[in-house]
Amino acid sequence: MSRVRHDKATYYRGIRMAPYDLVKELALAMAATLILILVLSAVLSSPDVPSVTIQSWARSDPVDFVTTAANELAGSSTSANYGPPYNANSGSVQTWGFFHPQTWAGIHQPVDSAGEFVITPLQLEAGNNSALTDALSSYQSASSDQQTTWLTNYSNALGNATTPNNTVVVPKGAYGPLPVLMDNLLSLAQDGALDGLLLVSAHFYQTDYTAPLLFMADGGYLPGLAQDQNLTGSQWGMMNETGRYPGQAWLWLYTMWYQVGPFNQSSGFFGVSGSNADLAVIVVMAVLTLLLIFVPFIPGLRDLPRWIPIHRLIWRRFYAEERIMRR
Amino acid sequence: MDQPAPYVHWGFFLISLPNLVLICVMLVLFALALVLPFPGKHRVAEAATAEGTSDTPQPEPAGVSMGIADDPAGGWTNSIRRLIDRRLPLRELLPTRQPYYVGSWVYVFGVVTIAALVWVVLSGMVLAFEGPQWWHVSPQGRFVNSLHFWAVQMFFIFMVLHLWGQYWGAGWRDGRATTWMIGVVIFLVSIVTAFTGYLAQQNFDSQWIAVNAKDAINASGAGVFFNPLNFGQMLGLHVMLLPILVTVLVVVHVVQIRMRGVVRPLGMDAKSQPAPVAGAPQ
Repeated sequence: MSRVRHDKATYYRGIRMAPYDLVKELALAMAATLILILVLSAVLSSPDVPSVTIQSWARSDPVDFVTTAANELAGSSTSANYGPPYNANSGSVQTWGFFHPQTWAGIHQPVDSAGEFVITPLQLEAGNNSALTDALSSYQSASSDQQTTWLTNYSNALGNATTPNNTVVVPKGAYGPLPVLMDNLLSLAQDGALDGLLLVSAHFYQTDYTAPLLFMADGGYLPGLAQDQNLTGSQWGMMNETGRYPGQAWLWLYTMWYQVGPFNQSSGFFGVSGSNADLAVIVVMAVLTLLLIFVPFIPGLRDLPRWIPIHRLIWRRFYAEERIMRR
Repeated sequence: MDQPAPYVHWGFFLISLPNLVLICVMLVLFALALVLPFPGKHRVAEAATAEGTSDTPQPEPAGVSMGIADDPAGGWTNSIRRLIDRRLPLRELLPTRQPYYVGSWVYVFGVVTIAALVWVVLSGMVLAFEGPQWWHVSPQGRFVNSLHFWAVQMFFIFMVLHLWGQYWGAGWRDGRATTWMIGVVIFLVSIVTAFTGYLAQQNFDSQWIAVNAKDAINASGAGVFFNPLNFGQMLGLHVMLLPILVTVLVVVHVVQIRMRGVVRPLGMDAKSQPAPVAGAPQ
């Protein structure tokens, strides 16, 4: 007798065995799930809200596009100040006491927001556009203080911008060459050329969308669309899906932490607040995951099933027969 | 090495020198295999001589059925065969009898999870074959994507129900802790697999999930090797590495269950074991 048979014979001693057809059970399960999946697919289809392009952004909300581009030039956008893995700044670096893995990991996908999102595309466009060439030259040869003054004036003026024919017009002011730069960038974007220019690299093939996605995330248009679909972090968005479809419901616990203190508060507790919520939630979930993995060895957690008798329902037939046999 | 290679041109025949070298190496290896003595030949001949038989060892007759446990052959292969036979003989891998208490709907969740996984993989293979753009522009592609989407939902629904059932039945008892632990790891790897799938959809959902998730991933330091904004990386992980990992882990999980059998009901320890029942294994 093989070892496993001997062990099982001992383990199941005294327990009645019943006929069981594993392959039939699997076949029936596959048939049932297939029918269910076919019906759901035929009736409900699946979510597919079209992607946002730089072109659709620039056409739908040109002021937001130009404001974002001006922020990139000024170095005041989220991506420009992000920190690792994109650059050496610290705007989005999260730490918890001595624990700062984001800094330890270092810069891995270098991103120069002003250069990649604004200056380089304009330089590529400037070849046969003398006005743009002059404007670029004027901007790049200006002092840093002068650039800051132009950008501050221009950004403030964008609050009163109008959009005749989907262009962005600001009240007259001291903006230097910025209106020319921004008009050309907006034109490039609305024509669809900027979608391609943001992916220009030394290689023919391209599958990395880090640059255009960071640029779009710096604006207000993409987050606004997400807000409309209840997809943002404060809306339990990580477990939601576009439309009326179920999303990643299995992320409910991870998502929940972002809705409660101290993870959603500005004043922290034990060094945790909204400013380092991502890092803190990941640490909490890592600990909870380890607890789940090691449940069999953790007193209390492993005893809950004995204390809360749900197993009496699962094996109710067994317990009923056991009672009868004991009488 | 990036310079153009020299070519050999002989009549109509044109071949690069690297290809010629490669083919020559193959021909030499084949020729050596034909003429070089094989190491085991001498050992077999020596053994035959020591036993007083002819110098030429007689081959074993083909088609002779021999039990694995009775096979005197040594070596790694037979060791693994014996181990598998001891731990998981075919009768245990595909059992025809189970303890009668297995008759509960809670036991169905596991097999339905596997059934859903099969449909996830099959529909995913069609999507992978046609490419990531197909389902956005083709009604047939959209339907296959819907099959994939709902199969994934089924997979997670029944996997979580299976997890709940095993938790409240304390399925890790009596030496089944590793079965539980691997089950939880399957759940975790499945979450990452689904996540990369959402990132590989190439629609607004993918864009937003990517920009929204990057902060947590970067904060953990994982951004150095896992960039949700990199579509190529996410697609590669989703269609190849992670599904293979899930499938292998599920196979290990099922083999563990078959090796040890289903756990006894809670409270049925040695003291409270019922009296033997007719037909039960003794």
